[in-house]
Amino acid sequence: MTDPAAAVEPGVDVHEHAGVGDPNAHHHTPEQIRSEMRVYISVFIGLAVLTAVTVGACYGLKLPVHTAIIVALIIASIKGFLVAGFFMHLLSEKKVIYGVLILTVIFFIFLMTLPVSHHANPFGS
Amino acid sequence: MDAHASVGHAELEIPYNVHPRPDTGVYNAKLGIWLFLASEVMLFGALFSSLILLRTGADSWPRGYEMLNVPLATFNTFILIVSSVTVVMAWSQLRLGNLKWGRIYISATILCALIFLVNKGFEYGHEFREHNFPKTNNFFAIYFTLTGLHGLHIIGGVIVFLYFLGPGAKMWAHDPERYTNRIEVVGLYWHFVDLVWIFLFPVLYLM
Repeated sequence: MTDPAAAVEPGVDVHEHAGVGDPNAHHHTPEQIRSEMRVYISVFIGLAVLTAVTVGACYGLKLPVHTAIIVALIIASIKGFLVAGFFMHLLSEKKVIYGVLILTVIFFIFLMTLPVSHHANPFGS
Repeated sequence: MDAHASVGHAELEIPYNVHPRPDTGVYNAKLGIWLFLASEVMLFGALFSSLILLRTGADSWPRGYEMLNVPLATFNTFILIVSSVTVVMAWSQLRLGNLKWGRIYISATILCALIFLVNKGFEYGHEFREHNFPKTNNFFAIYFTLTGLHGLHIIGGVIVFLYFLGPGAKMWAHDPERYTNRIEVVGLYWHFVDLVWIFLFPVLYLM
């Protein structure tokens, strides 16, 4: 079977190099793109292994609830980093995208802390 | 007359849909999808916050694996991870100028999404036969709300992928870079859907 990545249609604009991993660069060589594809496969293997580890630890070993929450959330955060960093290219994005996300993270943290504040000072008590 | 028509058409073109806008450094659709995803984070964030509130406020809360089908959900997690790879591979193939393999990978993504939905249907069917409905208790209320909303996002993604596999692919003939950018944008949405499931799966099924 031929490498599908090797088949570049004639006449299509595959430009010169302008930085590895920058998803906004219009100038990636075919070799750079194939190199990125190998990274995607590695990330996929990592995600599959981490999924197996999560299930094995929390479901197989039947960890106590507090331990299970900590283990599961740490592994989920690592998986989230892999997806966001490599598949969504956040490791090499532009400042404007980071600006949007920083604002989002601030509001997200506020949302997550709302239940805590409720239990600390419940209404009506 | 033709010159006027040409100028009018150019004025209607959405600017910076292929090349990055100088002040932002990204093409407009990419900034647009990230703003949309930011709103999605808040949507799912509100529901996660509700889950925390319900769980911490309850006298007792069941372990997810005692109530739900973990092997099926694990398989679905794997399927979504595969679909994330196939969509990013589709984008890479299109950047290489290879429409044929780009469409094959888009088709694989759609297939993964459909497998996910069928499995979810089996899971819901089992719960309904066990008389577990959203009204049964808070656990199933938040379970059906979160997984149902996530499932709707999967369906939305399938519709968009089907469009780009079919009629939307005509753009490739006259503007391949723009078509490639569109696949990147829908890919970002799809990775977000995968990202949500990465947290939903342990929170609902394993804790």
